[in-house]
Amino acid sequence: MMVMRWQLAYPETPVPFIGEFLWENGILLPEVYNSLGAMHGTIMIFLGVVPLAVGAFGNYFVPLQIGTIDMAFPKLNMTSYWSYFVGGVIMVASFFTPEGAARSGWTSYPPLSVFEPGQTLWLIGMVFLITSSLLGSINIIVTIVQLRAPGLKWMRLPFFVWAQLVTSFLLVLAFPPLEAAAVLQLMDRVVGTSFFLPTGLVVSGEMVAATGGGSPLLWQHLFWFLAHPEVYVLILPAMGIVCEVIANNTRKPIWGYKSLVYATVFLGFMSFIVWAHHMFMTGMGATMSAFFQTTTMIISIPSVVILTAFFLSLWGGSIRFNTPMLFALAFLPMFGIGGLTGLPLGLSASDIPLHDTYYVIGHFHYVVAPGTIFALFAGIYYWYPKMTGRKMNETLGKLHFWPSLIFMNGIFMPMFIQGLAGISRRLWDGGAIYSHAADTLWLNEVMSVSAWLLGIVQLVFIVNFIYSMKKGEKAGRNPWDATTLEWVAPSPPIAHGNFESEIEVHRGAYEYSVPGRTRDFTPQTEPKKSDN
Amino acid sequence: MEIPYTVEERPDTGLNNSKLGIWLFLASEIMLFGGLFSAYVFLRMGAPDGAFHEWGQELNIPLATVNTLVLITSSVTMVMSWASLKMNEFSKYKLYMGVTLLCAVGFLVIKYFEYTAKFDHHIYPSTNTFMAIYFTLTGLHGLHIIGGMIVMFYFWFPGSKMWQTEPEHFANRIEVLGLYWHFVDLVWIFLFPILYLL
Repeated sequence: MMVMRWQLAYPETPVPFIGEFLWENGILLPEVYNSLGAMHGTIMIFLGVVPLAVGAFGNYFVPLQIGTIDMAFPKLNMTSYWSYFVGGVIMVASFFTPEGAARSGWTSYPPLSVFEPGQTLWLIGMVFLITSSLLGSINIIVTIVQLRAPGLKWMRLPFFVWAQLVTSFLLVLAFPPLEAAAVLQLMDRVVGTSFFLPTGLVVSGEMVAATGGGSPLLWQHLFWFLAHPEVYVLILPAMGIVCEVIANNTRKPIWGYKSLVYATVFLGFMSFIVWAHHMFMTGMGATMSAFFQTTTMIISIPSVVILTAFFLSLWGGSIRFNTPMLFALAFLPMFGIGGLTGLPLGLSASDIPLHDTYYVIGHFHYVVAPGTIFALFAGIYYWYPKMTGRKMNETLGKLHFWPSLIFMNGIFMPMFIQGLAGISRRLWDGGAIYSHAADTLWLNEVMSVSAWLLGIVQLVFIVNFIYSMKKGEKAGRNPWDATTLEWVAPSPPIAHGNFESEIEVHRGAYEYSVPGRTRDFTPQTEPKKSDN
Repeated sequence: MEIPYTVEERPDTGLNNSKLGIWLFLASEIMLFGGLFSAYVFLRMGAPDGAFHEWGQELNIPLATVNTLVLITSSVTMVMSWASLKMNEFSKYKLYMGVTLLCAVGFLVIKYFEYTAKFDHHIYPSTNTFMAIYFTLTGLHGLHIIGGMIVMFYFWFPGSKMWQTEPEHFANRIEVLGLYWHFVDLVWIFLFPILYLL
C-alpha cells in the first residue's frame, strides 16, 4: 500500500529503497499497481480483518465469555486454521509467480478477470479461505448455542457474543454463493466455459474464442450476495468489542442492551437483501433499484440504533480514558462518518456520479480502517492482560492512539474531496492525466505522507506489544474491574479448560454501578443472595 | 473437564453438538447449490428460446433414471444401517453400510460412462452454457459423493472399532453421516429433472 501511495503522490518517479531492485528504472509498473490494489483488498479483508475479528477474537473470547472450556469442535477448529493457512500461502505466493498476483480488483469482475493472469491462484486461494471461514463460523455458532454455562440465558450474553453469533450466521449463509461463483470462474479460466462471457465479446480488437451465452452480471450478483453481508462481518465483531470496552470504562450498564441485540439480528437478516445497491451502474430497472434503495435505507436504521446506544451509554458515566477506551471512543465518530457518507451511495441518483470514485474508497475505509481496525486495537489493548497476564504500557498506548487518529483522517478525509471532484479509483497515476483532477491532485501528497506516518506510528504499537509481554505491569485476574466471565479465569487462562472450576451464571452481563452495592461492578458469577 | 453435549443432548436446545453442526453445514451447502441453481436459471433465461431444452437432448435419460434409483436405494440402506445400530445389531449395520457404499460406487461408475460418452462425441463443458452448467453441477455433486464415500468407508471398516467402546457416540456419528448423505441424494433429486427432463 505504501508503495502504491508513492506512485499516487509522485507519479512515475522511482520508488525509493526498493524500486531499483524490483523494476526497471525503479518505477512501479501499472500492472503491478493493479496487482497491489487487488491484493490489498483481498489480504486486508480475507486474511486480515476476518481472521483477526472472527478467527482470533471469536475463537479466544467466545468460549471464555460464555464460561466454557473450549470450542465445540476442536479438530474442526484446527482444520479451519490450516485451511486458512494454505489459502494465505497461496495468496501470498501468487506474487512470486511469473504471472504475478491477481490484478482485477478484489471484486474480480469478469470478463476482465477471466483473461488477466494470476487470477487462477486467487480463485484457488479463495476456495480455501472460504472453506476456513465456513468451518470456523459453524464452530462458533455451535459453541454459543450448546456450550453456554449453566444460567447463561440468551439475554445475559455479552453483546460481543451476540455480534459473533450473527456474524457467523452471515458467514455460513453468504460465503457459499461466492464459493459457487469462484468455481464457475475457475471453470471459465481452466476448462473454457462461458459462464461470465457474453456472446460476441471482443478483447483487444479480436473476437474471443468462446461460445459465449454467459453474463458478467451473474458474477456481480453472486459476488455481492456475499460481499454485502461481508461488510457486516467486518463491522459487527468490531461493534461487539467496542460495546465491551465502553460498558467497562463508563462503569455503567450498556444503554438499551435488548435493542442492541434485536438491532443486530435485524441487521443480519436485512444484509441479505441489499446487495444490488453495489450494482446501480448495471442499468437495472427502476423497480429493482427502488427495492434495493428502500432496503438499503432500512438497513441503516439498526446501525443507527447500535451507534446511538453506544453514545447514550457515555451519558452520565464516570469515564476512564485509558487506551482501549480511547480507541473505542474514536470508533464512534469514525464509524459515524463512514456510515453517513454511505447514504448517498445507497440511493441510485446520487450513486451514479459517485460510483467508482475516491468517494467510495473514503466511505468504506472510514468504516473498516478507523472503524473496525480501531475497534480491533481497542480489543487488543483491553484483552491483552487476559492473554498475557500483563497490561500494555499506557503512555506508549496513547502515543500510538493520537497520531493514528490524526493520520487515519489525513488519509481518508481528502478522498471525499477528490471523489466529489470526480477522480476515479484504481488510476495508476492518481488522476494526473485528467484535467478535472488538477485542482485536487495536491491532496495525493497529503494522503501519502499521512499513510507513511501512520505506518511508522504502528511501530510504537509493535514495540509496546513485545515490550509489555515481558516487562508490562502485572495484571491480576480482573485488572479492569469487569463483570463478564472471561475475567473470572486466571490470566492467562488455563491452557486446557480455561477456568479452574465450573462456571455458574447468576446475572446479566453489564451490572456496573448498581446503587446500594459496595463495589461498582458485580461479576456475572456472583450469586443473587449477596445483592445487599 | 470434557466438552459437554458431544453425545447427550443439551436439555434446552434438544440437540447434541454434532447434529447442530451438520445442520449448519447443510444450510451452507444449500446456499452453495442454491447459488449454482440460480446461475442455471440466469443462464437459461439468457439463452435463446428453447436452446437449453435442445442442448439437454444430448443427455442419457435412462442412465440417469437408473442412477436416481441407485441413490434412493442408498439413502434407504443408510437409514437401515443407523437403525441396526440403534437395535444393537452390529453385523446388520456392516451389511447395510456396505450396500450403501456399493450404491455410491455404482452411481459413480454410471456417471463415468455418461461423461465418457459425452467426451467421445466431443461434447465438453465449453460446448455451450448448458453443458457448462451440467458438468459443473454434476461434477460438484460427484465430489460430494466421493467425500461421503470416504467417510462411509472409514465408519464401515477402520472406524467401526468405536462401536465397542462408545456405542452411542458411534450411532450418533452414523446419524450425522446419514443426514449428509440424504442431502447429497436430495441435490440429485433436484438435478435430475432440471438437467435431464426440462
